[in-house]
Amino acid sequence: MKRNIEPLVNRPGFWRVVAPLSIGTALLLLWQAVCTLLEVPPYLVPSPVVIARTLAADWGMLLDALLVTLKITFLAFALAVTLGVALAFVFVQSRFIEISLFPYAIILQVTPIAAIAPLIIIWVKDTTAALTVCATIMALFPIISNTTLGLRSVNPGLLNLFRLNRATRWQTLWRLRIPSALPYFFAGLRISSGLALIGAVVAEFVAGTGGTGSGLAYQILQAGFQLNIPRLFAALLLITLTGILLFWLMSAIARTTLAGWHESEMG
Amino acid sequence: MDRDDHAMSQAAAWEQEGASGAPDEAPVLSAQRVEKTYRNGTRALDEVRLDIGRGEFVSLLGPSGCGKSTLLKMFAGLEEPSHGHLRWWGGNLATVGTPERTLAMVFQEATLMPWATVAQNARLPLDLRHVPRAEAEARVAAALQLVGLEKFHHVLPRELSGGMQMRASIARALATSPNLLLMDEPFGALDEFTRNKLDADLRDIWSRQDLTVVFVTHSIYEAVFLSSRVIVMAARPGRIIADVPIDAPGPRDEAFRISAPFLQYCKTLSDYLTLANQQGGDHEAQH
Repeated sequence: MKRNIEPLVNRPGFWRVVAPLSIGTALLLLWQAVCTLLEVPPYLVPSPVVIARTLAADWGMLLDALLVTLKITFLAFALAVTLGVALAFVFVQSRFIEISLFPYAIILQVTPIAAIAPLIIIWVKDTTAALTVCATIMALFPIISNTTLGLRSVNPGLLNLFRLNRATRWQTLWRLRIPSALPYFFAGLRISSGLALIGAVVAEFVAGTGGTGSGLAYQILQAGFQLNIPRLFAALLLITLTGILLFWLMSAIARTTLAGWHESEMG
Repeated sequence: MDRDDHAMSQAAAWEQEGASGAPDEAPVLSAQRVEKTYRNGTRALDEVRLDIGRGEFVSLLGPSGCGKSTLLKMFAGLEEPSHGHLRWWGGNLATVGTPERTLAMVFQEATLMPWATVAQNARLPLDLRHVPRAEAEARVAAALQLVGLEKFHHVLPRELSGGMQMRASIARALATSPNLLLMDEPFGALDEFTRNKLDADLRDIWSRQDLTVVFVTHSIYEAVFLSSRVIVMAARPGRIIADVPIDAPGPRDEAFRISAPFLQYCKTLSDYLTLANQQGGDHEAQH
């Protein structure tokens, strides 16, 4: 009841939505105005209205491409999470395993994906599989490093409490290490989901220059070749929106899970 | 399984000993020539001998670095002595954990799991021991009642004040129905008013149960108010320099805090601590 009387402007969530939206709207209006007033040709910089029209006109083609990119992104993300978490659990079992394997995880991380993508595309016959492998490599590291860090970042007092009560290794893992690792894991998810998308797009670019592909990156390449700049912008817009959506989704999952107890998710 | 069998045989042996005419039961805690030297050469404890009997409330009082927390951690089995040995009810650490020999500890910080409610936190030691849910919940409810948190079962730790978090931490220890309760400066971070209140409540809980308490503190007032006996320790190397029984009849209440015997005990302990600091300084000068 109290909530209803309170003015909208005073609600905490209100400005968080309205402020960025206002900036966005203002910039779009400015962009449109500049394009219209200076008569900028659409093949250099298309106006927002032209982009929107292209998006509507080419929707069928762009949607197909979006679905391809999304499929690779989600496949890679799911693989990265599964593999990354599994590896993190292996790493925390012993320091020896960790110091033996961790350098290779770093090598995987620091080698630019664009540089190894051509190899992978040659080696792996199926295009979807090849692209998924590339995107997975890209998205894997934050999951491994964050989850490992989380599983190790346990309050030493609580660890003593578990020892004092003679908790088994399994009880300590399940009741203490995993819950303690969750905030770190979610931070990893947020980074990794974005990287899976970037990985998918980069891999598509590499594959696209080789003449194969059907994702959004391929559409961008083709649109670039054909100087169809409005379509290029439309595809770009879809990639950005996908990234934002992924980030928002991960944040929402973290918020629901950590609500109430972890500092990172307190209002 | 093995451990239980072992505990049983220990208990049997102990009973026989009692039957054969030993005058007293084994002390709840016994430290015999216990030493602790860290790898860097620091002597945290030097030849500590201490027996703590059933039902005592013993405070370990001393300046920082006197090894009082180290000694308490050894009593909890969280740290091992470099030399000497420890006994719990006459047996080794493996014999601890039976219903008659339960040990619980309250740490310097509340150390509650932030993701779990007060009741879930208090239930943790029982869950780890696979106590049936219904029994565990009944014991937790009783423990929370005892510390005055009966209305806070479903509250998360961060919604509680520091003093209430500490109460939850004490409830977690009490829910295991301990015979021996180890407390490591539990109220050190609290304001004086809250600390006095918790001291009074703790003393009350102790007096109503068959409970032995070892309480680490650096507050003279707290030690005198709570204890039936105060062990004064000195630093460099950590050692016991005095063993002072607090023999004050009558209730320990706010009136006791300003009574003549209270102040006299504070004076005595203060003198010992001054001595301890001087000796500590001498030792340092020698080395």
